[in-house]
Amino acid sequence: MLSRAAVRQAAPLKCRAFTPLARRTVTTDAASANVESPVPQEDDKLFTVRLSDESFETYELDPPPYTLETSKKELKQMYYDMVAMRRMEMAADRLYKEKKIRGFCHLSTGQEAVAVGIEHAITRMDKIITAYRCHGFAMMRGGTVKSIIGELLGRREGIAYGKGGSMHMFAENFYGGNGIVGAQVPVGAGLAFAQQYNEQPNTSIVLYGDGASNQGQVFEAFNMAKLWNLPVLFGCENNKYGMGTSASRSSALTEYYKRGQYIPGLKVNGMDVLATKAAVQYSKNYAITGNGPLVLEYVTYRYGGHSMSDPGTTYRSREEIQRMRSTNDPIAGLKQKMLEWGVTSEEELKGLDKTARANVDAEVAEAEQMPFPENTARNLFEDIYVRGSEPKWMRGRTVDETFYY
Amino acid sequence: MASSRTSLRSLAQAPRRLYSGAPTPAAKLNLPIDYKTTPILHHTSSSLSNTSDYPAGATSKRLNLYQAINSALRTALSKSDRTIVFGEDVGFGGVFRCSMDLQTEFGSDRVFNTPLTEQGIAGFAIGAAAEGMKPIAEIQFADYVFPAFDQIVNEAAKFRYREGATGINVGGLVIRMPCGAVGHGALYHSQSPESLFAHIPGLRVVMPRSPAQAKGLLLSSIFEHNDPVVFMEPKILYRAAVEYVPNEYYTIPLSKAEIIKPGNDLTIISYGQPLYMCSSAISAIEKTMPGVNVELIDLRTIYPWDRQTVINSVKKTGRAIVVHESMINYGVGAEVASTIQESAFLRLEAPVKRVAGWSTHTGLSYEKFILPDIARIYDAIKQTLEY
Repeated sequence: MLSRAAVRQAAPLKCRAFTPLARRTVTTDAASANVESPVPQEDDKLFTVRLSDESFETYELDPPPYTLETSKKELKQMYYDMVAMRRMEMAADRLYKEKKIRGFCHLSTGQEAVAVGIEHAITRMDKIITAYRCHGFAMMRGGTVKSIIGELLGRREGIAYGKGGSMHMFAENFYGGNGIVGAQVPVGAGLAFAQQYNEQPNTSIVLYGDGASNQGQVFEAFNMAKLWNLPVLFGCENNKYGMGTSASRSSALTEYYKRGQYIPGLKVNGMDVLATKAAVQYSKNYAITGNGPLVLEYVTYRYGGHSMSDPGTTYRSREEIQRMRSTNDPIAGLKQKMLEWGVTSEEELKGLDKTARANVDAEVAEAEQMPFPENTARNLFEDIYVRGSEPKWMRGRTVDETFYY
Repeated sequence: MASSRTSLRSLAQAPRRLYSGAPTPAAKLNLPIDYKTTPILHHTSSSLSNTSDYPAGATSKRLNLYQAINSALRTALSKSDRTIVFGEDVGFGGVFRCSMDLQTEFGSDRVFNTPLTEQGIAGFAIGAAAEGMKPIAEIQFADYVFPAFDQIVNEAAKFRYREGATGINVGGLVIRMPCGAVGHGALYHSQSPESLFAHIPGLRVVMPRSPAQAKGLLLSSIFEHNDPVVFMEPKILYRAAVEYVPNEYYTIPLSKAEIIKPGNDLTIISYGQPLYMCSSAISAIEKTMPGVNVELIDLRTIYPWDRQTVINSVKKTGRAIVVHESMINYGVGAEVASTIQESAFLRLEAPVKRVAGWSTHTGLSYEKFILPDIARIYDAIKQTLEY
């Protein structure tokens, strides 16, 4: 019989009082960049933006340049993308509350700068794989709003024929949308291996959350990636909470960019779309020039709960959410800078807002009109095996329901 | 075959339906389960005390399944300070509220959150159990158990076989997980992987049908057995199933099936949530075919299972149907049906039928089409009786 003291010793949370709060030392200010000379008149002429000194932290790695070449056109596109993404997530939120979307639904409101910053740093030939908070990524990879919302609504014209729902959506060079925490990480290493093998000048962006970072297979993927020097950019989207558990309560080392140990790391202000773009652009170049993998940490914040059943207010204060929303919002931050630099006018921004909203709303309305899948046995048994190579038949609930391909 | 074609055609012509759970207006059999009246649950405390499984004269309280699990965990934590409860978000009460208030009551050194690390949770639990603890590990959804599959199959199940003469075992280890469909869980929140675990000697696999059963079976898994137990809780019952549950400590033996409705003409073997559908199908058939009397058996423990009760029943009735929610291919039904034909072949009046989930994945809006329902069970009873 064990003594009570021994029981105590065995319990891992006894030392919780001594665990320091999660360190997130890069700034999360979304409006921390500056320009040194006047912005050019031309829409697509490049100019240089100076990023805040607190945009990055590195581990065994020279920091990326603290400057970013961009253009008015690109800034406006980034702004549009983030506004459209948020509008789409808000539509999903509404449809869920109207009970039209059922099941699981994880929104990325607040985290837009990560998906948008990454997409603007890479090409369509690079690959992205992420976890279940995936609507925004699917959209940035070319998934239409109507196909994404249609998927959430379980419609046949949804991006995965309505079979997957919120967590499962693929697009070209976008490998989902993965429901099992951490499972996408070794898959991402495999994607990068194929790129290396085929001598493609591309990288694979592999995203997971701070919660998932403790899954064993994440470390298995790290090892393989370094061992074989794969052009993969692992990326922890650290939004501070794995469901309702804060990073410091689940992770012995909350500096996720150091989690690769033998893989250099880069922590980036994930609330600032410009810093994110700069970091990923630099990292991609690092990876595809034969330097092997990197572990990035995008410091970000989700405004909503983990999923629709989590109000998101029991494990963090309303003040914290309010503070992030009002002072660190990625959309408001970029907007402020664009106005300050004279990239655009208040009116033009309003116009962009309006267009983004109108486009998203129209596609959402279209998605709502999409038909439900037909109730046929073929729909239920399709895509278990490659079409045309299925076994002769598959069983239903009873022998009479056997389906012959 | 003619009847099945008709039923498939009517399925195809059915008006547009939303997600599972909503019956078509024309439905006669596939109506929602009325958990308030189903004979499967103890709706009065007196019906509870008339049952041999439960302690005589015990006080009882109406609880739903998650409250009954909570009560069992509380009882276990009070009974032995070697009991610990952990898993993802367990400290806050768990996503299904099963561990609600336990951390406040017993402290964060006995009830605690783990990182998202299923393989780690299982391995950690095995190690603690080997040192004499009684770890009750929660896997948030049965769909998430697969990273832990190696630990459960290769470490936990083979522990006793490997330990030589050291006497170390992982008794008291219970891995709980919510399983089964609720109507909109899609690919990763609907699965019921009991047959995968039931393939592994050394494990005990349990699935309770009701709150009172759950408490007794869970306490039995923790305290009465020296083998690792995979304890699967049909999550649709967490809130739906409410019945009287004894307040005190009691156990229900594992590997013992229960005849929950005696009958002479046909035996239905099932476990977990489909029992409610079986019960509805039985009362429908007994109305439309007067004189017919169907026996319903709850396996309760899926492995090692109570062959004797099943064989005795089929020897009496001569007809059997196995019903389960998980997919039919290589499922529990295959094992039960095969055992019946080995042991009661000469008494069989009809082939053993299986009614189970289709051999496909659970698409978001397809659940209602691929899981057993009352009409399919009714049809199977009719065909088997008329064979």
